[in-house]
Amino acid sequence: MNSSTGKKHLLFAALWPPIAVLIIVCAILEELGRSGAVPRFLLAPPSAVGEFLIHHRADLLISLWTTAQAALIGFAASAILGILAAIALASSPLIRRAFYPYTVFFQTVPIVAIAPLLVIWFGPGLASVAVSAFIVSVFPVIADTLTGLLSTDPALIDLFHLYKASSWARLWKLRLPAALPSILTGLRVAAGLAVIGTVVGEFLVGLLGAGEGLGVRIVSAKKMGRIDELFAAVLVASLLGLAMFTAINLAGRLLLRHWHASERA
Amino acid sequence: MSGRTHFRVRCRETVSANRQAAYYKTPPSSVQVPDSPASSSSAAASPASTSQKKPEIVGDAQSSKLAESAPLPPKPAVGVTIHQLSRVFDTGITAIDRLDLTIDPGEFVAILGPSGCGKSTLLRIVAGLDRPTSGSATTGNVANPSIAYVFQDAHLLPWRNVLDNAALPLELLGMPKTERRKLAQAALEHVGLGDFLRQYPAQLSGGMRMRVSLARALVNRPSLLLLDEPFAALDEITRQSLDEQLRQLWQDLRMTVLFVTHSTTEAAFLANRAIVLTPRPARMIEDFSLNLPEKRDADLRGSLPFAEATHRIYSALQRGTDAGTEAK
Repeated sequence: MNSSTGKKHLLFAALWPPIAVLIIVCAILEELGRSGAVPRFLLAPPSAVGEFLIHHRADLLISLWTTAQAALIGFAASAILGILAAIALASSPLIRRAFYPYTVFFQTVPIVAIAPLLVIWFGPGLASVAVSAFIVSVFPVIADTLTGLLSTDPALIDLFHLYKASSWARLWKLRLPAALPSILTGLRVAAGLAVIGTVVGEFLVGLLGAGEGLGVRIVSAKKMGRIDELFAAVLVASLLGLAMFTAINLAGRLLLRHWHASERA
Repeated sequence: MSGRTHFRVRCRETVSANRQAAYYKTPPSSVQVPDSPASSSSAAASPASTSQKKPEIVGDAQSSKLAESAPLPPKPAVGVTIHQLSRVFDTGITAIDRLDLTIDPGEFVAILGPSGCGKSTLLRIVAGLDRPTSGSATTGNVANPSIAYVFQDAHLLPWRNVLDNAALPLELLGMPKTERRKLAQAALEHVGLGDFLRQYPAQLSGGMRMRVSLARALVNRPSLLLLDEPFAALDEITRQSLDEQLRQLWQDLRMTVLFVTHSTTEAAFLANRAIVLTPRPARMIEDFSLNLPEKRDADLRGSLPFAEATHRIYSALQRGTDAGTEAK
């Protein structure tokens, strides 16, 4: 009883400041939009966005699902291939020197520039959009996992050596679990980037008049001058990114709950 | 209680009352151990040889049953022979210079020296974690002696509970889960952590983490236990209590122990023999037997022989440092 009221109190304390900011910002935007201080084709008042969300929720949900699929596939590919790539890179300094500079490609490539190529390679659909999400989100997974794998406690490496552990045991029982906090950091960043990569990919696909993802909707809404639809789609896309970020966060808490005294309570 | 009995290898002379007293849950200082033949001065001079010749598991019905089911046979202690050992690092720094040293099986040796004098390097070479530039360090004439190493910090796996941390060496050596957990539990009970098997390292105090580290080192029943300033990061009271436990563990298990420390009092309290090294490159400046009672407890710390032993180590350290300064 006591602790549950305490928890409620903590939740309230955590939530009221951002909610207050949200209400104030919405009120200002509403006023700016309604009063005509900002022209209607530049800014949709929150009430209009809300109205659109409610009236077209079925369409938006279809778009959300399309985008979420591509983002999740791209993110999963980033997680799996990124971690595998980091393991390969961590295995020897020579491999690291030879290949690591090229992984930076994923960090620096202007996705908008190569997206048309992706569409040519993979067709104007889910595949090219998911690949776009992958390209944008894989680098932080590689970089953070590699950092984690390379910063294993040397004393523990000695210990494993002392008991003649195989390199498989060293990886599986020491280096990977020890890198878990770093891996999760990489995945958290990747989750948000995967949504961005998806939406950008959908812009390009949308220009070809195909698909029904949120990015496609944003492009068409802009063309039609439907500013309320544009804001609604952007809002839904942001919520998708937030949801993925939060999911990774929760998974991380669960996985690391024993590591730090602070996570115990 | 029976879970611990198969854990100890003892010499035949030791009376069983002594063994009973070793089952401490209470601090060892409060345990009254009657004098036994093993603690007479002659045995103290070479306790190693007796335990080496006749290692056996002291058996009442329970312990012998456990000994049969235990997959690990008790291992005899091994000696260490260091011959003309030098270690020069890639940077050109000479850590150890032509060191000769013979350690008998079952000895408890403290190695002292100023910071950075190459004590840790010596220990790492003995463990096989580093290679000498020239000379050799060999362990006994056992083909594959089991060596355990305890670091300055506990270095546990934070994602594993206490039991699975202590079982790690056995796991890496390929022992099935049930057996290794049984042995790990016995080792943890031996260091007084029987009630903390399911806790995680983050939930333990520094002293408890160090005891898990000790249990992990002992779980494999090492023939040779290497400790590199294991309690240096702990507060004085915790450290003294762990020193007492370690001494008791050695009396129970009689493996060879090399204990690197900065502390003259810790060395005098724990060891039967003290070796003092000069500043880098490490050379031996003093090597002597500490003729202190076999049984060490809190009372010993205030005694005159203890103060004398401490002083002898201290003055050797001082001489080494002076010599090092003059050489420069």
